Amino acid sequence: MITLYDYELSGNCYKLRLLMSFLRIDYKTVPVDFYPGREHKSEWFLKLNPLGQLPVLDDDGLVLRDAQAILVYLASKYDPSGTWYPRDNPALLGEISQWLAFADGITSTASAARLHDALFYDFDIDVARAGAHRLFRILDEHLWFGEQQGRSWICSAGHPTIADIACFPYIILSEEGGIPRQDYPAIRRWCDRVKRIKGFTVMSGVFPAGPGKVAA
Amino acid sequence: MATRCVDRELLNDWHIVADQESLSQDTPFATRLLGVDLAIHKSSNKIEVVRGDTGATLKSAERYGFVWTCLDKPWRDIIYIPEANEADRHLVSGGAIAVKVSGLRAVENFLDMGHFPFIHTDWLGEEPHTEVAPYKVEITPQGEVLATECKFYQPVASPTAKEGFIVDYIYKVIRPYTVALYKSNPIQKHRLDVITLFVQPVDEENCVAHPYLCYLKEGMEAATVRSFMQLIFAQDKPILENQVPKRLPLDPRAETPIRADAVSVSYRRWLRDRAVTYGAIPAQA
Repeated sequence: MITLYDYELSGNCYKLRLLMSFLRIDYKTVPVDFYPGREHKSEWFLKLNPLGQLPVLDDDGLVLRDAQAILVYLASKYDPSGTWYPRDNPALLGEISQWLAFADGITSTASAARLHDALFYDFDIDVARAGAHRLFRILDEHLWFGEQQGRSWICSAGHPTIADIACFPYIILSEEGGIPRQDYPAIRRWCDRVKRIKGFTVMSGVFPAGPGKVAA
Repeated sequence: MATRCVDRELLNDWHIVADQESLSQDTPFATRLLGVDLAIHKSSNKIEVVRGDTGATLKSAERYGFVWTCLDKPWRDIIYIPEANEADRHLVSGGAIAVKVSGLRAVENFLDMGHFPFIHTDWLGEEPHTEVAPYKVEITPQGEVLATECKFYQPVASPTAKEGFIVDYIYKVIRPYTVALYKSNPIQKHRLDVITLFVQPVDEENCVAHPYLCYLKEGMEAATVRSFMQLIFAQDKPILENQVPKRLPLDPRAETPIRADAVSVSYRRWLRDRAVTYGAIPAQA
């Protein structure tokens, strides 16, 4: 049985809930009082992850930390279609890894801004917001050019990959950190596509896509 | 934006300015109340609240796990929550969360049942159970806004609810920035869980929500009470932050209420009667 050490308001935890929902994997959660309890810095949690960060996943004794690493593991092990992390396609794997690292950059900027604004974290808010806008601009252009070539997702595949999941949460929550997305139309369209993937689930602060247009 | 408050009703009242859990002895905790910057100093034996502009030490108190202060002479005591004395209840804070909207909007949202199926989908409401049945609103002898006989079908009314049921609610606006909700407990159906939402008016368009929960312990863990509150509140947050205007309009013609908004209509009128303008757009004379 999979156990997710989870905090509802964490976008990094949401990445794993999202993938497990897409893959219809059963799991249980152990809620961690990240705020205001700081339970992720408690003694019992540091034994699980000395970095003191969420999420952590335990799959029958295999303990993994880091949202991106866990996405790789879950998709490799539990995706019978092999599309979320296609192990037999080196070029695509390279692309996915590149965007997983990019997602970490989104965490250190857009997520930091959100923690600053809502939960009083002592970060330089201007630096965090400027950093997020720089990354959003890069992703928006990438997605826009992709759309011109008929590509709907972040990587060069006809289906979403874990790169889309890794980038989605802190982009869709960005307004909570004072980072509007009105200047990023391709990002907005991509967010809507992610919300329409079968099995999509929300977290607090994320709403489902509106009703789709009836096909002509 | 950090306009100063001139409302006696607020200046001469107590407000929460911090959750005691968030204070450390190393660095003063910086916050703002009614447009005034404050620093909260914690030492081994006391807590002091100091104004940033004048350096004056303000009257302060610790109660219910929070730090309270008053910018002027308090006209009355900190509100009394009888349920906080009942030994079979968890007494927990939901954690301070900053929201970019007037605190009056946050209070009004807390009073609203109409949004449950759409914002708290599959938790506090679900379609097609969207109707808000008529309920009663009155002003109590203590001068509070009281809404009774509120009923709503909730699929997951509390973290331990196993099935949907029609939940009975009572709402009470106790002070302009303080509102309480009494909700039937899923196990001891004759008793009520209590959530008091203390809203710290940071300035006119920013607030900090300090939910305080008095939940019956039976079948419930304190950590679960807190995480459920956060889950629900974080669903409201983006809606609140997108309300336009950010301040609460008190002119009856400014927004169009429906019958389900009866308590909110009374709340706005009650604010007008008390000359509360901070965080509001006052009615035109």
